Amino acid sequence: MARTPAELVGAQPEPPFEITLDGRPVPALPGQTVAAALWSAGILAWRTTRVGGRPRGAFCGIGQCYDCLATINAVPNRRACLVPARPGDAITTQEGHGRAELSV
Amino acid sequence: MPSSASEPPASQPYDLAVIGAGPAGLAGAVTAAGLGLSVALLDASEHVGGQFYRHPAATLGAVRPEALHHDWAAFAGLRRGLEASGVSHLAGHHVWSVTGQDGDWAVHAVTGSDGGQERPVRVRARALLLATGASERQLPFPGWTLPGVVGAGGAQAMLKSGLVLPGRRVVVAGSGPLLLAVAGSLAAAGARVPAVVEASGYLRYARHPRVLATNPYKLVEAVVHGGALLRHRVRPLPRSAVVAAHGTDRVEAVTVARLDRDWRPVPGSRRRIACDALAVGHGLAPQIDLATALGCATRRTVDATAALVLGDGQETTVSGVWSAGETGGVGGSRLAIVEGELAALAIASRLDGQTELPQSRRAVRLRRGRDRMRAFADAMAAAHAPAPGWTQWLPDDTDVCRCEEVTAGRVREAVTDLGAGDARTVKLLTRAGMGWCQGRMCGAAVACLAARGGGPVPPPAERRPFAVPVTLGALAGLDADAAPGNPTDD
Repeated sequence: MARTPAELVGAQPEPPFEITLDGRPVPALPGQTVAAALWSAGILAWRTTRVGGRPRGAFCGIGQCYDCLATINAVPNRRACLVPARPGDAITTQEGHGRAELSV
Repeated sequence: MPSSASEPPASQPYDLAVIGAGPAGLAGAVTAAGLGLSVALLDASEHVGGQFYRHPAATLGAVRPEALHHDWAAFAGLRRGLEASGVSHLAGHHVWSVTGQDGDWAVHAVTGSDGGQERPVRVRARALLLATGASERQLPFPGWTLPGVVGAGGAQAMLKSGLVLPGRRVVVAGSGPLLLAVAGSLAAAGARVPAVVEASGYLRYARHPRVLATNPYKLVEAVVHGGALLRHRVRPLPRSAVVAAHGTDRVEAVTVARLDRDWRPVPGSRRRIACDALAVGHGLAPQIDLATALGCATRRTVDATAALVLGDGQETTVSGVWSAGETGGVGGSRLAIVEGELAALAIASRLDGQTELPQSRRAVRLRRGRDRMRAFADAMAAAHAPAPGWTQWLPDDTDVCRCEEVTAGRVREAVTDLGAGDARTVKLLTRAGMGWCQGRMCGAAVACLAARGGGPVPPPAERRPFAVPVTLGALAGLDADAAPGNPTDD
């Protein structure tokens, strides 16, 4: 019986590369979304909510719930479950609406 | 971007624009191209297949992608058909609106993996086939916003495309036949699945013996799922629900309670199950924003979703707009493929100037198959229809709207103290449904609370002028004559 999803489908992926979450290195496989790479590393939250400051991550997994919003390479509000991971991507935990610089 | 001989000259509209490249859209596009139509197939994803046939990118090197799928051969056939056809596949196109009228439609899309590129695209077509599929319905409970609580369909989607799991010990819960498929996939991929918690009882299928007998492949599917679950020692808990998820920064356990016929938790039946993830969903709901914005009429399905009213040839109530697959009521991929093919026949016939539906042997066979599978879909929907008692597992301090962080207490206050009688008024008073997802996650729950839990669960309205978020930059790029937002759409 398979012990991992990769084993189940007989995956022979291209070599992994590195992205970072808040500066911490996370491995990613070519073809994985940012959310998939984070899940692979056991990371389930990369956003805090605007009102309660609560942790959130991917929920619907298909781009509809917007719970997985992350700041990717300084651009906030990107859906991590849709955006493919690219070598060197810097993911930052998004706080609230992700545009603190616009606050007055 | 593959393009081809059947692409019309630059200034000419396509004969047909198909929105959605899942089973229905693929079947519709390939069939229409085979009948000589010029076809544009728009889809948000980079890969065809939709949610059902989601699969890993080629760079992940999956030798056996079919290990995570049913009916992979049907998809392989459709994909080959697409490659051999002249269909223009427009990948990474997020359609946010359709404007125009019969014979002259404009499909507006933003592009990129998450629609973030500000390059607005407009595709013109004489006929329109909406194959936008379905999304998962959620009913909230305490702790459902904790990291590690994920949609059942979401867990399946992340597994199918990214080959990842949300945890090592995953409880699957909610209602509907999807749960068995999800539990089977998660277990096959190495997760321990301690329980599948189903609010309805599987024995309810037995109330429709004739429908089951005429859809034998569904019995085969059930046996396959059942066998997989036995093999992985997954415990089915029918007539039960997860009524709370526990943990601080991520889920550590869930509480399961037995339910009565009305989905009210039975006192004294609570038990705790340790887990590091919960995959939850309460069936699928048709995704019909584009259609409702065009004015297409909807009907209430037996499991309280809104689905499109469709004619015998798959045409909506708006002339020149057809639809196939889950948009007409959730019924699965085989039904979607048949409907896509049937819609293409009807569209080709109409564009050829015929007013009657095609009566060819092929069309008759497709219609018969569709009617048989629709009957089965209705039987399934009846078995898993949510009952109003579920709101009893929802305390006042639980967030109902995940985006705007609006609690059940505030929604109830809007209904009982301020007199809100529908989801729209609740939204105006509380902001529930006003956030990023536009009520896609909380709509079903808010509609129930606004109905005060009396009678059958009402379907949410599914009316959104913008089907996906659009930047002002993209809007500014539109021609004035193509601007959407016809005020007749309330």
